[in-house]
Amino acid sequence: MTISRSTAIGVGATLVVAAVIALLPLVLSDYDLSTGATVGVFFIAILSLNIVTGYTGQISIGQGAFMAFGGYTTAILTHNHGWNDLATLPVAALVGFAAGFVVGLPALRLHGVYLALTTFAVALAVPQIAKNYSNFTGGTEGLALPTHSGLWLYGMAWSIAGVMFVFSWLLLRGRTGRAFRAVRDSEIAASSSGIALPIYKTLSFGISAAMAAVAGSVYVLVINFVNPDVFGLSLSLYILIGVVVGGLGSLWGVIVGAAFVELLPIALTDSHISSSESVPVIFGVVVIVVMAVVPLGAADLLRRLLQFGSSNRESAKSPLGTEAR
Amino acid sequence: MTAISLFNRTTWRPSRSWIVPAAIAAGGVFLVVGSLRSSLFAQQTVSGLANGGIYASLAVALVLIYRATEVINFAQGALATFTTYVAWQLIDWGLGYWPAFLCTLVIAFVGGLAVELAAIRPVERRGSQLTVVIASIGLLILVEGAIGRIWGNQVKFMPAPFPARIYHVGGVAFSLQDLGTIAISIASVVVLWLFFRFTKVGLGMRAAAVRPAAARLVGIRVSWMLSLGWGLAAMLGAVAGMLAAASPSVLLQPNMMDGILIYAFAAAVVGGLESPAGAVVGGLAIGVLLNLLGSYVSWITPQLLLPAAFVLMLAVLLVKPSGLFGRSRTRRV
Repeated sequence: MTISRSTAIGVGATLVVAAVIALLPLVLSDYDLSTGATVGVFFIAILSLNIVTGYTGQISIGQGAFMAFGGYTTAILTHNHGWNDLATLPVAALVGFAAGFVVGLPALRLHGVYLALTTFAVALAVPQIAKNYSNFTGGTEGLALPTHSGLWLYGMAWSIAGVMFVFSWLLLRGRTGRAFRAVRDSEIAASSSGIALPIYKTLSFGISAAMAAVAGSVYVLVINFVNPDVFGLSLSLYILIGVVVGGLGSLWGVIVGAAFVELLPIALTDSHISSSESVPVIFGVVVIVVMAVVPLGAADLLRRLLQFGSSNRESAKSPLGTEAR
Repeated sequence: MTAISLFNRTTWRPSRSWIVPAAIAAGGVFLVVGSLRSSLFAQQTVSGLANGGIYASLAVALVLIYRATEVINFAQGALATFTTYVAWQLIDWGLGYWPAFLCTLVIAFVGGLAVELAAIRPVERRGSQLTVVIASIGLLILVEGAIGRIWGNQVKFMPAPFPARIYHVGGVAFSLQDLGTIAISIASVVVLWLFFRFTKVGLGMRAAAVRPAAARLVGIRVSWMLSLGWGLAAMLGAVAGMLAAASPSVLLQPNMMDGILIYAFAAAVVGGLESPAGAVVGGLAIGVLLNLLGSYVSWITPQLLLPAAFVLMLAVLLVKPSGLFGRSRTRRV
């Protein structure tokens, strides 16, 4: 098998980005490193949303709810049951997988806007449930977690992000990934070619939610507390912004999306260009402009600039059903 | 063309036509009998109907836009909150409640038109349904952010439109606030129905929604009709927002309508997402149901009302996706 030029460029770029991420602790302060860890959290979360929405074409607005499942699993096990915090991650992934599988079941019958409605409602309903069962979740006050140094958090978040990235890459380039994309491009054509829609749709939701749950666990470790507001609607919407800006159906666009969502607000406030109150306004404008101009986000923009999509164009048809160009 | 009537009964054809009217009648009988037997039940029913009127107004706004473009406007609640802040500002500047109410309706109409032109039409021109849905989520973030930027995130207090008067009828206390909310929300939907039924513009909008290509051929400016739809939806949303802000259980803050939007979604889905009458029935039903659940089922705390509405919506989508009044459709491949 010959490696195509675009794959070679992709692998090369990925290695360069990985090297930069690995070397950053040499120059950054401990505080900046914990910010970097949050970028890692968004990286995992945006990656997880990209699997279900970008690759399988099932819109999900409730990714923050799956993060809540992971975050609360970690918090409850460490705070109430004295577990080591890293040991809770596999449990969080399992809980997330189960939650995603359950939400994926209605997705078998719901399409497009109906799925958007349902997952939006999940994003609002889950924090309410966490508020209600307060003897379990700490209610609105929440639970406290052990603190760690910025370097520890950065290393932990990005190691997990790296594992997740490689896992997603392997998953998506193989048989499962082809099945996901076939479901996205045409459900009828996919099922005619022998792809079992129920299995692949729920699998996609399950895997995506498991990764989101891990992102949630890492998130609560980084901010070392948890309460229902942490996983409110705005978190779900920020993840959606990240995936839209980075590019639906693009793996390496995820890093652009993660950096955009976490670092742009900090850059804007630090440079006194605008106050933190204006950030949602800017984000909203960006989402609308991206949808109007480049519906496939930064990844598509760069692909167009470099024009290297011609040999191995992954998505002739976009996740949103628009023509790629 | 009888098929283009928006509120005309003949266009909704439930598969078993007697089940839905029978279910609604049974629900009505249950509420009347319950209200006659217990004054608490009657009070809870009326205040549930008042909440339901608010959900119904917002749900009809969602349905208006969905019928025209098959897009759910996730920013509908945020736009309603924005216009409510406008009303608050006008009152704060010294305008009376009702003049401010009317001014806000005009501003909401113009604002809805402008939003469609500026944010939605450029996306719609080349995008698909989901692109527009994501753009409307962008609009939600933008509008809620703008509210926080302009008015701050502190809670504001909206004066109530009606004096705090209680009427006693046969041992049951009805607040003027609840009765007024029901009256205004129902009246605004009825006015909208009259507009669609008896004006030429209304006819044009119905035609543009159902048969865009044919409407264009007979000289209707379809894109203008869609913008008008956004304007009218924003007006209805403004009514819902101003009524909600007057209710003692809702605080005027940037995310005021997030929860109410879910109830409106549920109402629209129960009604079938395409039927304005269904959205009204759905809204009233959900308002009453949630109020009764909250007061009679001890383990359902206020926090669990939103998840309860979500479960109801999911159940309707899974069992009868066309809702009470929707048509089941065959999709062309």
